[in-house]
Amino acid sequence: MWAIQLFNGLSYSSILLLVALGLSITFGLMNVINMAHGEFLMIGAYMVYVTQHLFQQYAPAAWFDSYYIFALFVSFTVAFFLGMLLEMGLVKFLYRRPLDSLLATWGVGMMLQQAAKMIFGAPNVAVTSPSWLEGGLQLTSVVVLPYKRLFILALVIVCLLSLYIYLYRTAAGRSMRAVMQNRDMAGCLGISTRKVDRITFAIGSGIAGLAGSALALIGPIGSSLGTYYIVDAFMVVVLGGVGKLAGVVFGAVTIGVLNVFFESWLSASIAKVIVFVIVIAFLQWRPRGFVSLKTRALES
Amino acid sequence: MEFMEKWQEKRKKVWFHTVCFLFITMLLLAGCAEEGESQEADEEDGSQEDVIEVGILHSLSGTMAISEVSVKDAELMAINEINEAGGVLGKQIVPIIEDGASDWPTFSEKSRKLLEQDKVATVFGGWTSASRKAMLPVFEELNGLLWYPVQYEGLEASPNIFYTGATTNQQIVPSVAWLLENRGKKFFLLGSNYVFPITANNIIKAQLDSEGGELVGEEYTELGHTEYSTVIAKIKESKPDVIYNTLNGDSNVAFFKQLKDAGISADDITVLSVSVAEEEIRGIGAEYLEGHLVAWNYFQTTDTPENKEFVDHYKEAYGEDRVTADPIEAGYNAVHLWAKAVEKAGTTDVDKVREAAKGITFAAPEGTVTIDGDNQHLYKKVRIGEVTAEGQLNEIFSTEEAVKPDPYLSSYTWAEALTSP
Amino acid sequence: MKQGLGTINRESQFKWIVYMLILGMMLLAPLFLSDFRLMLLAKYVSFAIVAIGLALIWGYTGILSLGHGVFFGLGAYGMAMYLKLEASGGKLPDFMVWSGQNELPWFWMPFSSFFLTLLLIVIVPMGIAYGLGFLTFRNRIQGVQFTILTQALVLIVVTLLIGQQAFTGGSNGITGFKTILGYSLSDPTVKRVLYWITIGVLALLFALAYWMTKSRFKRVLLAIRDGENRLRFIGYNPAVFKAFIFAVSAGFAGIAGALFVLHVGIISPSMMGIVPSIEMVLWVAIGGRNSLSGAVLGALLINYAKTTFSEAYPSLWLFLLGGLFVISVILLPRGFMGLMKDGMQKIKKRRKREDANENNIDFTFGESKR
Repeated sequence: MWAIQLFNGLSYSSILLLVALGLSITFGLMNVINMAHGEFLMIGAYMVYVTQHLFQQYAPAAWFDSYYIFALFVSFTVAFFLGMLLEMGLVKFLYRRPLDSLLATWGVGMMLQQAAKMIFGAPNVAVTSPSWLEGGLQLTSVVVLPYKRLFILALVIVCLLSLYIYLYRTAAGRSMRAVMQNRDMAGCLGISTRKVDRITFAIGSGIAGLAGSALALIGPIGSSLGTYYIVDAFMVVVLGGVGKLAGVVFGAVTIGVLNVFFESWLSASIAKVIVFVIVIAFLQWRPRGFVSLKTRALES
Repeated sequence: MEFMEKWQEKRKKVWFHTVCFLFITMLLLAGCAEEGESQEADEEDGSQEDVIEVGILHSLSGTMAISEVSVKDAELMAINEINEAGGVLGKQIVPIIEDGASDWPTFSEKSRKLLEQDKVATVFGGWTSASRKAMLPVFEELNGLLWYPVQYEGLEASPNIFYTGATTNQQIVPSVAWLLENRGKKFFLLGSNYVFPITANNIIKAQLDSEGGELVGEEYTELGHTEYSTVIAKIKESKPDVIYNTLNGDSNVAFFKQLKDAGISADDITVLSVSVAEEEIRGIGAEYLEGHLVAWNYFQTTDTPENKEFVDHYKEAYGEDRVTADPIEAGYNAVHLWAKAVEKAGTTDVDKVREAAKGITFAAPEGTVTIDGDNQHLYKKVRIGEVTAEGQLNEIFSTEEAVKPDPYLSSYTWAEALTSP
Repeated sequence: MKQGLGTINRESQFKWIVYMLILGMMLLAPLFLSDFRLMLLAKYVSFAIVAIGLALIWGYTGILSLGHGVFFGLGAYGMAMYLKLEASGGKLPDFMVWSGQNELPWFWMPFSSFFLTLLLIVIVPMGIAYGLGFLTFRNRIQGVQFTILTQALVLIVVTLLIGQQAFTGGSNGITGFKTILGYSLSDPTVKRVLYWITIGVLALLFALAYWMTKSRFKRVLLAIRDGENRLRFIGYNPAVFKAFIFAVSAGFAGIAGALFVLHVGIISPSMMGIVPSIEMVLWVAIGGRNSLSGAVLGALLINYAKTTFSEAYPSLWLFLLGGLFVISVILLPRGFMGLMKDGMQKIKKRRKREDANENNIDFTFGESKR
């Protein structure tokens, strides 16, 4: 029994991590909370639906199973460019006003939700998951690890690894970290902070799109999809702290495992309350979250 | 001199300020008043043109819009049908449509508007129990008439509401009895955390106790909850024969997807749902639901001549890809039943219509329905259907006759403790 | 300089005249409006009270709370519990019977007294706000992090309210009221009196907030907004001030919630969720966060627009709301009032120049630019 719960905990953590990863890098770099993040999840999920539809219509039936791979790609790309658009059209005006950017992006999220309702209709849409993700890995007669969950776990690991390589092994990543640590100094040294911001925001949104396409496998696909995950994602970021990938991983695993633990012990609704209370209590002890960049600056 | 000049300039500014403020305030007040007046003017025009105004109050925005928009469509279709056939009392019916916005105080506010300001003859509306509970005090205070089209948890019979959906003894109680007989004794109850599932499950628990069933688990999740792996682990551990599902909305999608992934199919454990109809099946995907059961009074596949016509009309009016479902049909019935009651009463006066409505019958798509004068619910047939691969419902059980509504379950001895405080 | 001071007085005198005029008009409103419209207006006015509280913490102190729906709801639930007990006439409220509750829970007991209810409506939101505020501000959690915590607070409270159906009415909320202190709530005269009380409370709280923003206290608040650390070095403890003003603002919201219930006759968790809480911020953002009268104006205008537009175009309304938010934040960071003040400033500057040219007097109106 505990084996299943452990797996469930890890699986839930992986979903939270995927959802919060994009949020954490935009927040870490720009101190901008993107309230439209949930709507990028929604866009990602709808892209899976659209890709599936296109495959059904135009591609040979034998190719159908591979549609999901394309969908992942499409979700990332569409969310990436929409994120870039949002940054250029809105967020860049608000860098010095983080609270205002929070409100403005919330307005954008609201419009995106309404737009989705108009395009795809109010009811949920259904996708057929590819046959290679059906079923699960049968360990014992009771313990079944669904392939979809394993796939999401793998997807998260791939995302984390590529993000790590990008941040710590490439020149672009190095300038991103430089901007994160000291924006003015980085600017003085010739890094185009504007460009770095734009790319970061786009990557964050792209990962959200990817997360959305993963959520399409296990949950509803509708215009309110984002609202179900957004506050959890915020809590992960606040708990984990920003500036290092380890922070968001810590946040996601803590909240995921605790949630599943309290859920199986008590009930689902009370579990969420307890976990949030724990997070607030934890912040009393470490106000900046689990990890924080060491800095001599007085004001964050 | 200098002082005078400055004082004059100062005065200019004072005027600017005053004009701005007054203008805005006037706008506000005038706007409110004006609208009231224009509505009244409409009303006068209305009586001259011989029309009857009725209210339609559903959520057209927000989370509940998914379900309620279709009911609104069916009600408008019924109004059209009646108008084409000459209207009621020789007058055309004109609907006034309001948006409840999935927010219960808004439902209360809008029903006050419809009754107090528009002075409509009757209102068709609501979906969630919460919206009905929010509207109820307003309708009782202003003596209005509300037609509520959705199955609900019973224990209510307001003289100002007609309930055209099922009460518990027309959906839940017979389906539990059927499951006990055909699928097994061990029940797992899963529901969203609000009044309908909680009340329904209290009834089911009492029934299981008296009819030899066994409760192996009970879980509630918030509306919009999407992570069911823990609940499914609990289900696996408790090994039920039947999962009785009162989840509502998006949670159903997540639950059925994750249930199938965990390797549980309809052959292993039957899930019977009471809030999943044809429309919801489309949003979940038939592949996840195939073989599972639902309990309603009406399916799109119900085999009556009236239903064939109803489905054809509905698709013609709103598109080939639309499906009909139980609450949609109940909303449609409500309009026709009201029209018949008004014809019989010869007036739209609420008290007279209520009196005339007793015993009125209508050849509905689900079969003939009759208004029970005692509690203003309908006699309805109970049906259990199995989800097919096409996402339609295949009837596997139906009562012979329409069942008499019994919102307080007074004919069941085991329910005594539930209904008396 | 003396002249400058004189004009301040005259200007504020004038301001008060305008306020009085508006107050007078609002008091006379029941003579022109139908019962239903009066109810709407009363609802807007109670929202305006929340907006004043929000402007106090956001505009003057720089704390953005996305959790005011909770405080609004707590006040509303307090009043609703009192009304429900009175409507049940000594018996158990109906929803407790359905949920299998056999006796009145202890925390319902105080609400059988009207006086205690009035007290608790203010004290409970203030207490919770002070607790949360003090703990977080003491640890120097500020800005966006605090805002997210207020959102978590919303989720916690709403989940608890919905989950504990037997005690709180669950997602249905509490409704079905009949009388207040023995007077029928459906009586038009009672409705008018309640409306006048609401206007009175608005005027009173507005005056209170106005006084706070003119006192020395305001300088501390502005200092917190503009340079919290510097204030700390001078020897103030900003945490106490911030928690206090946050609590005051929560108290405003609680009072507003209680008034809302009196007029609308229902409270449910759907009024306290994340979206309604953000909408409250929107009123202030559009009206002008640095101005109390702007906040009031914003609340009245937006809610009036909401009633009007959402009746006609329910789906377009959400587009409009989102768009308004984006536009007002980017283009009008100080809201409608900011726009008007800028306009005034320009006129003044021109005048000042003219004055200076004509009379060679250094003449300032002395109005603060914030």
